[in-house]
Amino acid sequence: MTDLNKLTLAEARDGLRRGQFSATELTRALLAAIESANTSLNAYVLPTPEIALRQAQASDARLAKGEARPLEGLPLGIKDLYCTKGVRTTACSAILDAFTPTYESTVTQNLWDAGAVMLGKLNNDEFAMGSSNETSCFGPVTNPWRRRGSNVALVPGGSSGGSSSAVAADLCLAATATDTGGSIRQPAAITGTVGIKPTYGRCSRWGIVAFASSLDQAGPITKTVRDAAIMLRHMASVDPKDSTSVDAPVPDYEAVLGQGVQGLKVGVPKEYRMDGMPREIEALWQQGIAWLKAAGATIHDVSLPHTKYALPAYYIVAPAECSSNLARYDGVRYGLRKSGTDLIDGYETTRRAGFGAEVRRRVLIGTYVLSAGYYDAYYLKAQKVRTLIKRDFDEAYRTVDVLLTPTTPGPAFGIGEVGGDPVQMYLNDIFTVTVNMAGLPGISVPAGLSSEGTPLGLQLIGKPFGEETLFRAAQAIEDAAGRFTVPARWWAR
Amino acid sequence: MQKNTAAKTLVRGATGDWEVVIGLEVHAQVASRAKLFSGASTEFGGEPNSHVSLVDAAMPGMLPVINAACIAQAVRTGLGLKAKINLTSVFDRKNYFYPDLPQGYQISQYKSPIVGAGEVEVDVDGDTLKVGIERLHLEQDAGKSVHDQHPEYSYVDLNRSGVALMEIVSRPDMRSAKQAQAYVSKLRTILRYLGTCDGDMERGNLRADVNVSVRKPGGEFGTRCEIKNVNSIRFIGQAIEAEARRQIDLIEDGGQIEQETRLFDPARNETRSMRSKEEAHDYRYFPDPDLLPLELTQDYVDALKKDLPELPDAKKQRFVGSYKLSAYDADVLVAERESAEFFEAVAKGRDGKTAANWVINELFGRLNKESLEIATSPVSAGQLGAIIDLIGSGAISGKIAKDVFEIVWSEGGDPAEIVERRGLTQVTDTGAIETAVDQVVAANPDKVSQVKAKPALLGWFVGQVMKSTGGKANPQAVNEVLKRKLGI
Repeated sequence: MTDLNKLTLAEARDGLRRGQFSATELTRALLAAIESANTSLNAYVLPTPEIALRQAQASDARLAKGEARPLEGLPLGIKDLYCTKGVRTTACSAILDAFTPTYESTVTQNLWDAGAVMLGKLNNDEFAMGSSNETSCFGPVTNPWRRRGSNVALVPGGSSGGSSSAVAADLCLAATATDTGGSIRQPAAITGTVGIKPTYGRCSRWGIVAFASSLDQAGPITKTVRDAAIMLRHMASVDPKDSTSVDAPVPDYEAVLGQGVQGLKVGVPKEYRMDGMPREIEALWQQGIAWLKAAGATIHDVSLPHTKYALPAYYIVAPAECSSNLARYDGVRYGLRKSGTDLIDGYETTRRAGFGAEVRRRVLIGTYVLSAGYYDAYYLKAQKVRTLIKRDFDEAYRTVDVLLTPTTPGPAFGIGEVGGDPVQMYLNDIFTVTVNMAGLPGISVPAGLSSEGTPLGLQLIGKPFGEETLFRAAQAIEDAAGRFTVPARWWAR
Repeated sequence: MQKNTAAKTLVRGATGDWEVVIGLEVHAQVASRAKLFSGASTEFGGEPNSHVSLVDAAMPGMLPVINAACIAQAVRTGLGLKAKINLTSVFDRKNYFYPDLPQGYQISQYKSPIVGAGEVEVDVDGDTLKVGIERLHLEQDAGKSVHDQHPEYSYVDLNRSGVALMEIVSRPDMRSAKQAQAYVSKLRTILRYLGTCDGDMERGNLRADVNVSVRKPGGEFGTRCEIKNVNSIRFIGQAIEAEARRQIDLIEDGGQIEQETRLFDPARNETRSMRSKEEAHDYRYFPDPDLLPLELTQDYVDALKKDLPELPDAKKQRFVGSYKLSAYDADVLVAERESAEFFEAVAKGRDGKTAANWVINELFGRLNKESLEIATSPVSAGQLGAIIDLIGSGAISGKIAKDVFEIVWSEGGDPAEIVERRGLTQVTDTGAIETAVDQVVAANPDKVSQVKAKPALLGWFVGQVMKSTGGKANPQAVNEVLKRKLGI
């Protein structure tokens, strides 16, 4: 059977159950796809074919015995932010060097326990700091999508750029990702894939390299809404090792997909209609509204008045937490060590050599905003803004069930195009950071193509633990918009 | 009863009297099997880096989880200090770089500690001083840097990394080294009663940062210096005296005190500058986003309160009231929970004062001489009680009792059996006593003539009779016979 790698997660699951192909065949197809694509796309920083084939064989044995677990034999890519036991984990930072954890993150352990197969570790922005996957110490990832009639290399978004690129290019059936300010939804949007950041606390953060603890959340990037529902169910869990994980039952998200959106109240926040918003983004948004209305939802104008403060506040809170979270990378116990003339020089030399420019920038910003004399003006004020943003959403959810917005202000841009000005890069997160600041679930679903022929996504934002509603609404959009697959496999060798 | 401005605590300088103002931050290791945020053991003396979890070593992606046992210990301590328990408290990160601090930050409580204001009553020279407690918060201990193992490298031992500490901050209510020592000693007693800290200062499980300033009596507070990490009660006293003297001399010579952190050097009996205020770290405190605010219920606190043991102040009052002990004796007995329990076992069904005398004078005296703890006393409470019973029944005299005590101390055994077997039972047979008295009276006619005018000489006669009976005569009977024979 050819092109097994092009199957969706659900299709592959059903095919395995029916015995149409084996897990080993499926895994080999994906490993071959990775082999032929990775030089061009750089989506994987460490393929793990031996592990994949070993797991696939074990899955085949279980399938043969009729003991298949929910994700039995399904090959996945794992963002390199997830610690994987015995497999190098770097967060795509030189500071971690060849660090190999002796432990497995809770989320990936959940996936292996459900029978999934690991294809390898996926590229990402260094410590998940970036919106283009250009800050990785392993170099940038390329988006499999190209502008119509152009061979300019485009970014796959970030920070989960390896995940979005690999899913869009059929180099895995689905991928894990993480989202601190948009790092699942933005890359999903500009690669034509589905990405959901669940409610803060839905997935355990234990064993995931921390960027900003109060904002970080694990989630999947997948080919379809159904696949996202399947993945999230098996990633989510309460975890006694993560005090911020929440003890709430994990629903069967897949079961709600057919329920439709009849009577669903969809809010459209007027503050997301930014000055200078490209016409095609506005048009996409209107199209989304029309689809949901046609499917039986009602549309309501809502106001989230503090939206404009979200991005500046985010760029205080996230760097503040990262400046502290990254203090452990000091060259003393693991990872890169550069010797210095004395202790302080050793720290400085190691961290200068190990951290890239964007990480250094954020550590410096974070250190500054927490410093004596600046704390109240920056960090404390940003936390107050955060409270106001949460309150905005609470208010809106008194009248609506879900919010609809664009995911990004534009389509994929070229590698190196937004290099100089970090603020331009940060603006990519303008529609996504509010969701992290409020701890809410958000999903990006492909909705159309830009004038350049590259994908665009719409974002649905839910109530806390309102993932089921998100999947229902996202399914309605997917049903109306159809799937967006890469037209030409230019990367294959 | 605030006696801390009393003239006797003032220090004389060249320009007159000075008042020393002292506040303490005591770091007490929480008695707990596991660390504050990890399951690693807190056992002392393990091989270096043998009690280190992934969390303690700050591996990537590791998260702290609060150890409920440590929270209970902090709350119990707060209750023992008669302090306000804050039902909501917050863990913050205190950020700084050091090799023995793997996370690059210490998890501590900055703005919202678990315990608020409380009070400790301290007896000093017969006065009761109330020392205010400002707060108690929980924090992680750091690891240990080892500098003497390799010519070029320093080693790091993370066994202590993450062990729970309680930092107990007093108000600046002490005015002399003696008061500060008495406060630490009382605090230690309370912690040991509660079982929330073993108070072992030699292992560093209890240590203090001492804040010292001086001022003219009644004047404004002076600039304070903080003496870091003083690890014995004796050194606390010495450090305060040396630092107060340094500050007074400096001011009187026209100098100014700079706010700074200092270290005490016991060998030279002086404090030395460690870092100035300008060099002080900016710790960039902020709430730890890995930990939710700690919420306790009043029911939880009440349940812990119900199970608190009797604390030294209450026990002392009870000893004075029920056993009619002097305040001083009661103080001595309640200083350690084990001593108080030993005493009560001895006193049960016996005269309290007699029991206290024996425990304090004989037993403690002997234990001190041999540097033994009450827990390892060769004489048990039961044995000591039996000795006292033998005196009470008239079987032996107080003097013989001390001999019996010595025998039990070195050889063990049942006191009654020892008395029986060795023939130590005192002579109460009046006939034998009368014979002995007659002999003494006959041999000392000069003393007999003097005793009528000076009845105090009777004691001399008693002594002579006791001597001639080998100490076994019942002193009371000897007394009576002598009085009769001598006609007094």
